[in-house]
Order: sequence, then C-alpha cells, then structure tokens
Amino acid sequence: MPDAILIKNGHIVDPSQGIDEVGDILIEDGKITEVRSQKSEVRHKEKESLRTIDAAGLYIFPGLVDMHVHLREPGFEYKETIKTGTMAAVKGGITSVCCMPNTNPVNDNKTVTEFILRKTYAEGSCYVYPIGAITKGQKGEELAEMTMMHEAGCVAFSDDGRPVTSSLIMRRALEYSRVLNVPIISHCEDMSLSEGGVMNEGRLSAQMGLRGIPYASEDAMVARDIILSELTGGRLHIAHVSTEGSVRLLRQAKERGVKVTAETCPHYFTITEDAVKGYNTNAKVNPPLRTQRDVDAIKEGLRDGTIDVIATDHAPHHRDEKLQEFDKSPSGISGFETALSLCLRLVHEGVLTMSQLVEKITFAPAKILGINAGTLKVDNYADITIVDMNREFKVESENFLSKGKNTPFDGWTLKGMPVITICKGKIYDWRS
Amino acid sequence: MKDLVGIKELSRNEIELILNTASSFKDILKRDIKKVPALRGKTVVNLFFEPSTRTRTSFELAEKRLSTDVLNFSVPTSSVVKGESLFDTIKTIEAYGVDFIVMRHSSSGTPHFIARNVNASVINAGDGINEHPTQALLDAFSIIEKKGSLEGLKIAIVGDILHSRVAKSNIYLLSKFGVNIRLIGPPTLIPDMTDHNVEVFYEMDEGLKDSDVIMMLRIQMERQGRGFFPSTLEYFKNWGLDIRRLKLAKKDAVVMHPGPMNRGIEISSDVADSKQSIILEQVTNGLAVRMAVMYLLSGRSENA
Amino acid sequence: MGMMKELLNKKDMERIISRIAHEIIEKNKGTENLCIVGIQRGGVHLAKRLANRIKDIENVDITVGSLDISLYRDDIGIRKEQPVVRKTEIPCDITDKKIVLVDDVLFTGRSIRAAMDALMDFGRPAQIQLAVLIDRGHRELPIRADYVGKNIPTSMSESIEVQLEEEGLEDRVLLQT
Repeated sequence: MPDAILIKNGHIVDPSQGIDEVGDILIEDGKITEVRSQKSEVRHKEKESLRTIDAAGLYIFPGLVDMHVHLREPGFEYKETIKTGTMAAVKGGITSVCCMPNTNPVNDNKTVTEFILRKTYAEGSCYVYPIGAITKGQKGEELAEMTMMHEAGCVAFSDDGRPVTSSLIMRRALEYSRVLNVPIISHCEDMSLSEGGVMNEGRLSAQMGLRGIPYASEDAMVARDIILSELTGGRLHIAHVSTEGSVRLLRQAKERGVKVTAETCPHYFTITEDAVKGYNTNAKVNPPLRTQRDVDAIKEGLRDGTIDVIATDHAPHHRDEKLQEFDKSPSGISGFETALSLCLRLVHEGVLTMSQLVEKITFAPAKILGINAGTLKVDNYADITIVDMNREFKVESENFLSKGKNTPFDGWTLKGMPVITICKGKIYDWRS
Repeated sequence: MKDLVGIKELSRNEIELILNTASSFKDILKRDIKKVPALRGKTVVNLFFEPSTRTRTSFELAEKRLSTDVLNFSVPTSSVVKGESLFDTIKTIEAYGVDFIVMRHSSSGTPHFIARNVNASVINAGDGINEHPTQALLDAFSIIEKKGSLEGLKIAIVGDILHSRVAKSNIYLLSKFGVNIRLIGPPTLIPDMTDHNVEVFYEMDEGLKDSDVIMMLRIQMERQGRGFFPSTLEYFKNWGLDIRRLKLAKKDAVVMHPGPMNRGIEISSDVADSKQSIILEQVTNGLAVRMAVMYLLSGRSENA
Repeated sequence: MGMMKELLNKKDMERIISRIAHEIIEKNKGTENLCIVGIQRGGVHLAKRLANRIKDIENVDITVGSLDISLYRDDIGIRKEQPVVRKTEIPCDITDKKIVLVDDVLFTGRSIRAAMDALMDFGRPAQIQLAVLIDRGHRELPIRADYVGKNIPTSMSESIEVQLEEEGLEDRVLLQT
C-alpha cells in the first residue's frame, strides 16, 4: 500500500458522521486522515508516494459490516474457509463480518474463538468478529461460557442454525448477557411447527408436494423472544426476519421501548417462494422465501426503521450437496457477491435513500455489536467501499470467489456494484 | 415432450392424445398375441426407491408388451445403501445406455431433478406427496370409458388428500376438463387447492350428493399416530364409504380406488365388491395407459 | 410451391376398383376364405369399396377389416412425433384365410412389411395378397403388389395424394411436383 491515497470527487455517504456529499478522503499510512467536502479549502500535504483514485460519479461508503455470515471453518472447509469466505466478502465490498458458531467443533468456548481469530489474522482478507454459541454444542441445554468467549473476542451470542427451543434457556441467556451488554441473536423458528418443512407453507407448497414451514413458526418465536427481552432487560437481536408478522411484532415492540433490534437479508426483499418452482435447490433457504406480501412488509419495515440492519446470512454449500433431492439438500444461499447490488435496488426503487441504506449495512450493525467499524471517522483504519451505482453485471456463480456457488440469482443482471474495496491495507480494484 | 414428470406440466391436448392412444393399446391387450414390437431394442430401467407391487408390476408388464428390455432396480439391494448419491446412481444407470427411466421416490421433485440431468426419458411413477401422473391418466381413462366424457361430471375425492399424490394428479387433470371437483375429508388432511376450482366438504354426506364418480383414497395407517385424526373407527364413521353413503350419489355413480384398499377403514367390503366399483378395470386400464405413455415418449427425434 | 396435376378422376377410380375386384375374384377362383384388410389410413375406405364391389359381382359378403401398423414401423424413435395409433379391427380369425391387404399408394414397401408383421401376430394366414391403387415405384424392400390400379413413375421429390369422398373430398388422385 502506498504511503498515501487520495480518493477524489466521490459521493461520500457516512451516516455515522452525517456525511452525504461529494468530497475527498485522504488515507495516510493506512488510516483515514481527512474527510472533506469539495467545498473545503484545505489542501493536502505532499507525500512521497501518493496514489490518486478518481471517484467521480462513484459513491464512497465505509467498508460494509455484515453481522451474519457462515464461514464454515473449522470443520466444514469443503464448503468454505475463512480464507475464501473473507475474500468473497471483500469482493462484495464487505470489510467486517461476524461469523456464526455452527462450525465443527461449535464455537462454544474460547479455544475455538481463538482459532478463528488466528486463522483470520493469517489468511483473512477482512476483519472477522466471531459470534459465540449461546448453549454448549448449540444443544439448547446448558449456557456456554460467554464471558470467556467475550474476552477471547466474541461480540455477540447466537445458536444460529438452530433456535433456542427452551424458553427457560433463552430467558437465562438474555439475563446473563446483561453482564456483558452484548446482543443475543435469535434464530426464530418453532421446530415443532416447522416439522420437516423445506419451503414456505402455502398454496405453492401444497402444489409442489413439499412440506411447508408456516409463517407462524417464525412469528411465534419472535413474539416469545420479545416478551423474554422485556422480562429480562436483555438485548435481543432478531436474525433473518422473513415474515410480515415478524415485522408487525417488532414494530409494536419498539413502540413499547423493548430493547430489540432486527436484521433481514437481501433475498427476503427481492424474491418470493416462486423461486423454488421446478424444485430449484438454490432457492432453498431457512427461513424460507415467502410471499409477495411478506416482501412488501419487509421493505416497509426497512423504510420505517423497524428493521435496523441488512445482513447476508452468507451460507455456502458444496455443489454436490445442492445437486440432490430437494428434501435432502441443505438450506442456504451464498450471498456475499450479490448482496450490495441487491441492496442498491432498494435505492433504485425509492424504498430507501442512499444514506438510509448505507446506515443499515455499516453503522447500524457496528453500533449493535459495539465494534469500531462501519465508519469513515478520522484516525480509523481505512476500510472503504467504492461503488458504481450504474455499472451493470451478470451474476455468474461459477466465477464466485466463495466456494459456495449456491445462489438463486445466477444469471441475473444487476445494476450497481462495488468497484474498489480497501481493507486491511490492501486495495482491490474489481473492474478488470 | 421428453419426460412425464407430472400432470401439471401437460396441456389438455397432450392428455387427450395419451388417452386416445391408450384406447388403441387396450385393444391390443384383448388379442391372443398381446405384444407389439414398437419399442424393440429400447431399454427401460424401473427405479423404485419406495416399495410398490402394483405400480411396478403394471409398468413392467406394459414395458414387456412393447418389447422393451426391462431392468429392475430396487433400493435395498442397491448401491444407494452403500452411500452412493442419487445423482451418481442415475449417471451410472445412464451410462448403461437406457432409454427410459421409470422412477418412484419418496422426495417430491426428484423426477424433475433427474430429468434435468439425464438424456433418457423420465416417467414419474410417484414422487413423495407431489404427483402420480399415470394413475390420474388411467383414472381419467376409466371414467371416460364408463361415462363417455369428463366434461360437467361431479367427481368426489375422499380421504387423505394432503398426502396423496394420486389425489393431487387427479385434481390437476380433472380441473383441466371442466369437472366439478369435490374434496371430502377431515380439515387436517385437505391442502389449499383453491387455484384448481375445487369445493371442499368436511361432511361426506353433503359432498357425495349427486356425484357421478367417487374416488376413495387409501388412509395411510402411519399417519394415524401423528394427530391427523383420532382413530380409524372415527375416520370410517365420518369419511368411510358404505352402502348407505353410496346411495347418496347418482344411481349410476362409479366407485374408484387406486389400491391397495383398507377394507373397513375407508371403504366397506360390500361397496368394494359392488357392481358400481370399477376398481379392477382401473388396473387393466393402467396397463394400456402406461403403454401409451411410453410409446408417445419414444417418439422424440434422436438428435433432439 | 409446386404444381398439382390430377392423374385420376372419380370415374377412373371407379373403373379401377371394378377391375381389381374382378381380378381378385378371378385370381382366387371365387371368394371362399377371402378377407380384405385395409391398411390405416389410406387403405381402409378402399378396402370397403372393394368388398362392396365384390358383393355386387358375386352377391357374397366379404369380411372387411382395418389394420394399424404404427406399432410395427421400422422408424419409431427416429421421427420427431409418434404417428397416431388408429383402429385395428380384424373381424375374423385369419388363420388359413386368404388376406388381401389394401393400401392407397405403394412406395418403399416398408408399410407393407410392417403390415405383414402385424398380421402375423393375429394368426397364420394361408396367403397374403396385396392390392394398391397406385404404385409409384422406388421400392426399398423386395415387395410387389398382386393388383395395381395404376403404375405411376415418380421422382423422389414428387408426392402422390389420394383424395376420397368418405373423407369429405372429391374422389381423385393428385401428383404434386
């Protein structure tokens, strides 16, 4: 990395500082030293090696923060590794990720946490903040050693992949987490209602002869967790919101002042259960793709702030695993390399302003997790994503940097993509 | 068309073509020499991942009557038990040079998945709780034989429709032909089929009034323990077909059942053996319909 | 767009049917054990006409049947669409009988080969004879007709169309170049 980089004339959007205007950013020795609007008078100092990036017509965001990803390492390296996953994230303009603990072994103790961080240091292209398990082995029976994991580097706790079925355990987790003031991230699914379901329950699942997961499975547990959060005062964060009902419950809870935040994923505001037609395993995801009503409700939830964050739930699987009978195929979408483009559609459609969008993918998640990321504050290390709103590209999953090629968006033409990512002292230009 | 994966994918014209062709094949079954050389030199593999006697035997006989070479592949003795993936199993079979794969599998959508990945013609002999297209075709054939045409008939389908691929395929077929379809059963076992012009009845007596055809479905005993209905006795009381109920339908109504029957649970013996029952004809027609399907699928150009 | 030329008209066809009917009676020394079978589609109506004509001459009813050969063809799986399977009705036991197969146009001979195979699956006829309205040449198999309405040499690019009253058209035979 050269001693100094000047990014000129880009449209800087940094909600953490209330910036939304054209300007320049100066980076020296890897840190942001100046962020100034075009109208400012101050000249930059001359430096030995100065590289100028012309960002005219482009947007400059803080590096994106993705608070829900699956990096699969340790244990499932055939699906993805920290090395390949973080590289794919950077391609998507994402410079900080939080990895879920459903690895093998589960990240329910500080040793696994330390392993993940060591691997990241050695091979990771972006920053990784591990999320520890709520219960040992994610079995839902005994609380895991949260304070030790927190000390080792975990920024939140979740049993994601699975719900915490026992209300008592969830209560305890929320109470206990108050010691650390970290969020408990809940994967809301009532397993007895899901009952072997593989897609959204409704007319389409009946027609396709596939068992369905009713919306009630998610809504019932969202309601339960909100009530437990009220009871305990613990910080609750609802993962991957997919239904109209969840949005409604969250809106009401927030009005009451409950300490709850929520995230959704790009596929839940872009496609519906129709994507599963033809038994397309690449559209098999949990929670499942729902109906147009749910899509509309989620967009509304994003617009009015009920949903605070957009995360990818990046869930790579091996090609062979998706080349199976629909029932047997694992759920998940490899999301890093399409996320930002799908998010930009919300701006193209007028659902969110650029500033509102950027907040949901940078500052809002960083604030919930209490990490110093998602911002262009002076003196921070430069994690920056430069975006071309107008550049079109065709999604070709075969060329993904992620090992996971499983996406229902393969073949789509998307408009708007990250063209340059600056992270951990490296500059990546994706235009070639 | 290369494959027959479901009735949903067929047009009304295609269904009529199959039924007309089946008519000619039924004539062949009346001859002394019941075999024709039409598919001589072609190979078919019967790939049954679920146990089945009647459907498999029916297909096998149909295949042999067309002079096809037949291979049978049944799971317990197969490599699948050794952990081979379905994809690999199919590709291996394809490498043997088969022209047709007739398959039954417990996962819905499996024939669609296979058809996308092989050159052979795939015929769905039942996939999970999705479809059983040849059954619906032979049911339609049997009804037309007795009633002349499907248009305007009142047809009642009774039982566990939620889990019945036979019922689903029948609903998709009959709704393309202007049939007044009535679904009768407990609320726990009737799925949302409102897209297909059906009337739902929880009271069997109501639903049977004036029907031309009554299709009884098998109650799958394994379901009973999972809370869909309290007991078989209660089931028969509410949704079983006995002589009294049969009289509520039209005088010349026909009774059908895909088999095997649970006598006394969904249908009483005196109804099953009555003159109005065309259950055995269904079996004979199954042969003709399956021959017709294979004949028509074999017609695609080698270079297509 | 080629040219259409009328080769035979209604009167011509009537005379041919009459002549062939007489030839059949002559060759078989009467009508005993005779059965006429028309090949679907072209031969079916012609078979009936022949039987009627023979009845006019000899005052005897001749059994008439129809035979569909789709399932015996040698080009199944090569054509893009399967030929429609039509009615086969052989109203008598053909074993030991003299069968006169009837077709409208004799061309490569493959249809006749298929018809003979189909017929054999019904029994063991004493004899099979062949009557055709038109023989257009270009045989690919060693097949010949016993009774021919008219020999019309054609080229491979031409085609012959037989139109019949029973199908709602005027009786005639056309040559399309």
